[in-house]
Amino acid sequence: MTRISVQVDGDHYTDEVEPRTLLVHYLRERIGKTGTVVGCDTSNCGACTVLLDGKSVKSCNMLAVQADGHEVTTVEGLAIDGTLHPMQQAFHDKHALQCGYCTPGMIMASIDLLNDNPHPSEDEIRVGLEGNLCRCTGYQNIVKAVQQAAGSEQS
Amino acid sequence: MTATDERPAEQAHEIGTSRTRKEDQHLITGHSTWVDNMVLPGMVHLAILRSPMAHAKITSIDASGARKYPGVVAAFTGADFADTQGNLPCAWPVTPDMVNPGAPSLAVEQVNFAGDAVAVVAARTKAEAVDALESIEVEYDPLPPVLDLEAALADGSTLVHPNTTSNKCYTWVFDSADAGSGASMDDARRDAEVTVTRRFIQQRLSPSYMEPRSTLVQPVDQGVTIWSSTQIPHILRTMLALTLGIPEHKVRAIAPDVGGGFGGKITITPEEVITTLVARRLGKPAKYTETRSETLEAAHHGRAQIQDITITAKQDGTVTGLDVHLTADLGAYLRLITPGIPLLGAFMYPGIYKFPAYHLSCDGVFTTKVPTDAYRGAGRPEATFAIERIMDELAAELKMDPLALRRKNWIAHEEFPFTTVAGLTYDTGNYEAATDKAVELVGWEDLRAEQARRREAKDPVQLGLGVSTFTEMCGIAPSRVLGSLSFGSGGWENASIRMLPTGKVEVVTGISPHGQGHETGFSQIVADRLGIPFDDIEIIHGDTQSSPKGLDTYGSRSLSVGGIAVVKAVDKVIEKARRVAAHMLEASQDDLEFEAGSFSVKGAPGSSVSLPEIAFAVFVAHDLPDGMEPSLNSEATYDPVNFSFPHGTHLCATEVDTETGRVKILKYACVDDVGTPINPLLIDGQVHGGLAQGIAQALYEEAVYDDAGNLVTGTFVDYTLPAAPDLPNFLTDRTVTPSTDNPLGVKGVGEAGTIASTPAVVNAIVDALRPLGINNIQMPCTPERVWRAIQSSGANDQGSAAASTQEHFDSTEGDAQ
Amino acid sequence: MIPAPFDYLAPESVEEVLAALAESGDDAKVLAGGQSLLPVLRLRLNAPEKIIDIGRIPALREIHEDGEYLAIGAMATHDDVLHNALVTEHALLLHKTLVEVADPQIRHRGTVGGALVHADPAGDLGAAALALDAELVIAGPGGATRTVAAKDFFVDIFETAVQDGELLTQIRIPKHTGWRAHYEKFVRVAHQWAIVAVAATVRMDGGTISEARVALTNMGSTPVRAASVERALVGKPATDDGVREAATLAAEGTSPPSDLNGDAAYRKHLAGVLTRRAVLAAAGE
Repeated sequence: MTRISVQVDGDHYTDEVEPRTLLVHYLRERIGKTGTVVGCDTSNCGACTVLLDGKSVKSCNMLAVQADGHEVTTVEGLAIDGTLHPMQQAFHDKHALQCGYCTPGMIMASIDLLNDNPHPSEDEIRVGLEGNLCRCTGYQNIVKAVQQAAGSEQS
Repeated sequence: MTATDERPAEQAHEIGTSRTRKEDQHLITGHSTWVDNMVLPGMVHLAILRSPMAHAKITSIDASGARKYPGVVAAFTGADFADTQGNLPCAWPVTPDMVNPGAPSLAVEQVNFAGDAVAVVAARTKAEAVDALESIEVEYDPLPPVLDLEAALADGSTLVHPNTTSNKCYTWVFDSADAGSGASMDDARRDAEVTVTRRFIQQRLSPSYMEPRSTLVQPVDQGVTIWSSTQIPHILRTMLALTLGIPEHKVRAIAPDVGGGFGGKITITPEEVITTLVARRLGKPAKYTETRSETLEAAHHGRAQIQDITITAKQDGTVTGLDVHLTADLGAYLRLITPGIPLLGAFMYPGIYKFPAYHLSCDGVFTTKVPTDAYRGAGRPEATFAIERIMDELAAELKMDPLALRRKNWIAHEEFPFTTVAGLTYDTGNYEAATDKAVELVGWEDLRAEQARRREAKDPVQLGLGVSTFTEMCGIAPSRVLGSLSFGSGGWENASIRMLPTGKVEVVTGISPHGQGHETGFSQIVADRLGIPFDDIEIIHGDTQSSPKGLDTYGSRSLSVGGIAVVKAVDKVIEKARRVAAHMLEASQDDLEFEAGSFSVKGAPGSSVSLPEIAFAVFVAHDLPDGMEPSLNSEATYDPVNFSFPHGTHLCATEVDTETGRVKILKYACVDDVGTPINPLLIDGQVHGGLAQGIAQALYEEAVYDDAGNLVTGTFVDYTLPAAPDLPNFLTDRTVTPSTDNPLGVKGVGEAGTIASTPAVVNAIVDALRPLGINNIQMPCTPERVWRAIQSSGANDQGSAAASTQEHFDSTEGDAQ
Repeated sequence: MIPAPFDYLAPESVEEVLAALAESGDDAKVLAGGQSLLPVLRLRLNAPEKIIDIGRIPALREIHEDGEYLAIGAMATHDDVLHNALVTEHALLLHKTLVEVADPQIRHRGTVGGALVHADPAGDLGAAALALDAELVIAGPGGATRTVAAKDFFVDIFETAVQDGELLTQIRIPKHTGWRAHYEKFVRVAHQWAIVAVAATVRMDGGTISEARVALTNMGSTPVRAASVERALVGKPATDDGVREAATLAAEGTSPPSDLNGDAAYRKHLAGVLTRRAVLAAAGE
C-alpha cells in the first residue's frame, strides 16, 4: 500500500492505495466519483478523461499513485452552486449527448481544448477531440456545443 | 394522402418543437446511475475466464486453485451449474425444422468460440477476482475451427456442435409467386433483357456501445432483483424466469442509465445468467462488468452475411425481378433473435421499387465465432445495401443515370398505399419530394460538373457520387405478423398514465430508453394532448416493478408503438375526466370541449374546469358521479396495425485519393421522411448517430478473425471506430409525409441513418472508380482495398488483408520506459 | 482490466533510479509517462514485479539550449516539447511530429523519452529523432553516461540500445535552425497508430532543396532513414516533378509489416507517395 494525497474537485483526500490502482478506479471506488467512467482498456475512448492540474488526461491510463500531490478535476467538480459550467450548458443546449456515457470525458476534453485554443475552427475542434469516442451523436452536435462554449457559434 | 391527425391544432405547441432534453442534467453533471456505479452491502465482484480457443473439448477444468486466492469467495465452472443453468433463450424459431443445439451460459463440455465463458470467480474486489482467474487450470483438446461460411456448409465439414448433423441451422425462403404477392422469379430470369449479378459481403461488426455491459444481481427471498445494462428489462425478466426456473413474479429487472445499445443489448446474455446463478448460489449480491476486450470478443456481433443478388430488367430500365440468396453467419450459438435477423431484412430487398417478381432464400450457418444478433437496423441495412448497390450496378450496365433509374422504378407518391412484391403495404411516402430536396441540398449538378472536371484533368483525387433512396420497415411490430413469422412474442406496447392530486402526471411506459430522448419526446406528446405543462410530466420506465408491462426498445418502435400506447392511455384519461367535468360543471358530457387542459361548456365562456382541478376532485372523491371509481388513471396496450416505413434520400460525395486509396467524404446530405416530427432536435441527433454507424461500416469497422478463429480486432486499437475528425459535417433536412397508420402520423427514426448511409458511401466510391472498370469494393473500403482495386483496374481482386494486427503494447521483458 | 500487483518505487534522483534498477534486475519496469505501459499492465501482457516511477525527478523534464544542441529531458512530455519555442525554432520537425502524436490527453502524460525507449516502430518520434540525427544520453550503473546516435539507438521492435540497469535521461538534437519540416502521417481513423508516416526536414536555397533529411515510421522493425531519398533531393526544385523521382526511392531496402491495415507491398507504395508529399509540404512551409 502507498499513501497518496490528492485534491479532487476541491476536496483533499489522503488514502492508502495499492500501487496498481488506476486513477479512475480510485476516483470511482474509493472516493465515490462515479461520474468518471471506463470505456476501454487501451486509452482509445477517452470516457475517463479528467483534468490533472488543469490539463486533460485519461484517468484509466495512469496510476492513482502518479496523482499523489496533484489536483484532479472531474465532471462532478464543474458546476458551481448548481450553475452548470458553460461547456455543460452547451452540451445540453446543442443536444451533444444521447446515452451520456462518453459525455463526462467529452466535456472534460472539450474544456481542455478551449483552454488550449479559445477560438478553434471546426477542424481544430474535431482534431482536438480525437482522443474521445462517441457512438451516439456522430460528433456533429458535440462540435456545435464546443463552438457555443467558445462563443464562435455560427447562426 | 391525408394524415390522421387528431390533435386539436391550437394545443399543438410542444409537438414539433426542438425541446432540449430533460434527461440531460444528471448525465452532464456526472450523477448517472450506470450499473457499474452501483454497490450493495456484501456484494461480490465477478471475473469470467474465457476460452482462448475457438473450438475445443474441455478435457479437464479445475478451479480449486482460485478458491485459495486472497479475497476469493467462490469459483465455479460449467459443471457446477450444468444442472441449473439451462440454455440461453432463442425466441425466434424461424422454420419448424430449425436446429437449436443449445447455448449454455458457462461451457460444460466444449467451447465453440474464442471468448466462450468457462469459469467464474467471485471475490471481494474486482482486482482479486481477476487475479484468481490465472490459477484456474483448463485443458483443451482442440477441434478444427469452423470459419468460412461456404466451407461450413460443404459435406464433410467439421461440425460446430456434435449434437447436430450439419452446420446449417435453417433455410428460409420467400417466393412472391408462392406467396401470391407477385410473379415468378424463374419467369423473370427467363424473360430478362438485362441481368446483373453481384456478390456483396456484409462484414461482421461490433455494436460497440460506449458503456460496457454490466449486471448486478441481488437475491431476494425466492427470487432476484437484477440491474442490467440492457435494452430489454421486461423481456429479461420473463426470459430469466423461464431459463432458470425462477417464478416470474419473483424476478424484478431494472435497466437504470444504459450507455447505448444499438441492438447490442437486446439479448439475454450469458453474463446475466452467470451473475444470477452466482448471486443465488452464494446468497450475496454479485456484480459483473465486462472489459472492452470482453465486449468485442464475447458480446454479440452484427451483420455477417454473404449476399448473392441478381436483378433482372428491361432495356429501358424497368426492373422485372430480384433474386437474393443469403448465407448468414449465426456464430456459435443462437442468442435471443439470432436466426431472425436476416428475416427482418428479407422483406426489404425490393426497397422502394415496383418489382413484379421476388425470391429470397437464406441459409443460417453455425461457425466458431461469437454469435451474431441485432445491430442497429438488424437485417435492413443489409437489404438496403444490396438493393441500392445493385440499382447502381444496373444503372451502369444500362448506361443510365442512377437517379433516373430509381425514378423510373420507384413507387410514385400517388400510388400509396402500395403493397410490395414482398407483401408489405407501405402506407405513405413521397420519394420524389425527398429526392428533389436532397439533390438541391447536396448541390448534385455542381458535384457532377466537378467530377467531370477531375476526370478530364486526371486529378489524382477523383470524385464519386453515391445515391441511396431507402425505406425500411420498423416500429416492430404488428403481433399478428410476428406470429406468422413464428416470432416468440407479440409486438404491442403498453403505457399508463397516473394523474397525481396536484395535477402532475406520471407516464409509465414499457419501452426502455438508453439515450434516445424518450422522456423528452413523450413529455411533449403528453403535454400537448393533456394540456399539462411539459415540466409537470414524469416518464417512468425501465423497472419491471414500476413499469410492469412492456416489450422494450429496439427496431425503431419506441415512438411509433410505445408513443401511440401513451396517446391511447392519455385519451382514456381525458374520457374519464370528461365525465367528472360534466358533473362539476353540471353539463352534459356531449356539450363539453377539451382544450388546453380544460373542459368548458360549448358556447358558455367562463365555465370551465381544468384537468388539475379534476384530478384533485377525483383524489378527494367527495363528489363524483354516481358509480364512478375515484381514479383518472388509465392504461393502454397498443398493437400496431402495420410496420412503420420511414424513407429518405441520402447523397454522398467522396473523394478517392487514387495514389493512396484513401476515401474522404466531401459532402453528405440526407433528406429523411419520418412522418410528423415530434422533436426535430432529437430526430437530427438520431440521424447523425445513425449516419456515423452506417458510414463506419462502409469505411472503418470490421471484426476480423484469424485462421485459428481468434478475434484479432480485440481492442479499440484494432476495431477502429471513427473519431470526430473521421466524419464530415452532415447536411440534414426532412420532408413530412405523415403515417396514416397511427394517430400521431409518426414513423421510426432510430435506425434510418444507419440503414441508408452505407450504400450511399460505397456507391460513391465505386462511382469515382467506375471508369477504371471497378464495380465493387469490399467493405470496409480501407485505403489498401481501394488502392488494390485501382491497381488491378477492374479485376476486382482486392486481395485479402492479412488477418493480423500490429502489437503496440510490448509484452516482452524489454525496456519500455 | 486491472494490472497485476507490483511493488512501486518513486525515486527522486537519477542516482536512486539507477540504484533501484541495479537491485531489481529485469524484474523491474521503468514508468515514464505510462501511456504505453499502462495498457500493457491492464491487459496483463506483462506483469513486472516492480515499477520504478521516474516522474518525480524535475531535472529529467528540462528543455534547454546547449551550444549547438537542444537538450530535452527524457521526461519532458509531448505537450511540453510541442509548446516549447526553442524546439519550434531549432527542431521544427520534432514540433511537427508531436502535433501528430496520439491525442491531447496522451500528449499531456506521454514523454518523449518514454516513447523513444518503447520503440514501437509505429510510434511517431523515432523517425523525427533519426532524421534530426538526435543523440541519446543513457545513464548506467554507477552513474556513468554514454551517448548513442539515433541510428544506433533503435535495435529492433520494442528494443533499443538501453540495456538492463540503464536509463535514457536526455535527447540531444543538433540545431536545425531555419530548416523547414513536415510529418506526413497516414491512418485510417484519427486515433490510430501510423500505418506509415514520413518525417521530412529540408534546408532551402530559394526554391531549391539544398539539404534534406527523411525518415520513415512503421516501414520496418525500427524507424528507417531514407538516405537515398535525401541524396537524390539535393539540388532539386521543390516542385512535384522535382521531388517525384527522389521520393520513389523511399521504400528501398525496407521490410515493412503486413497486417489488417495493409501488407508490405502497399506500405512500400505508400512510403513513396507520402515521402513526396512530406517533402513538398516541408519545402512549402
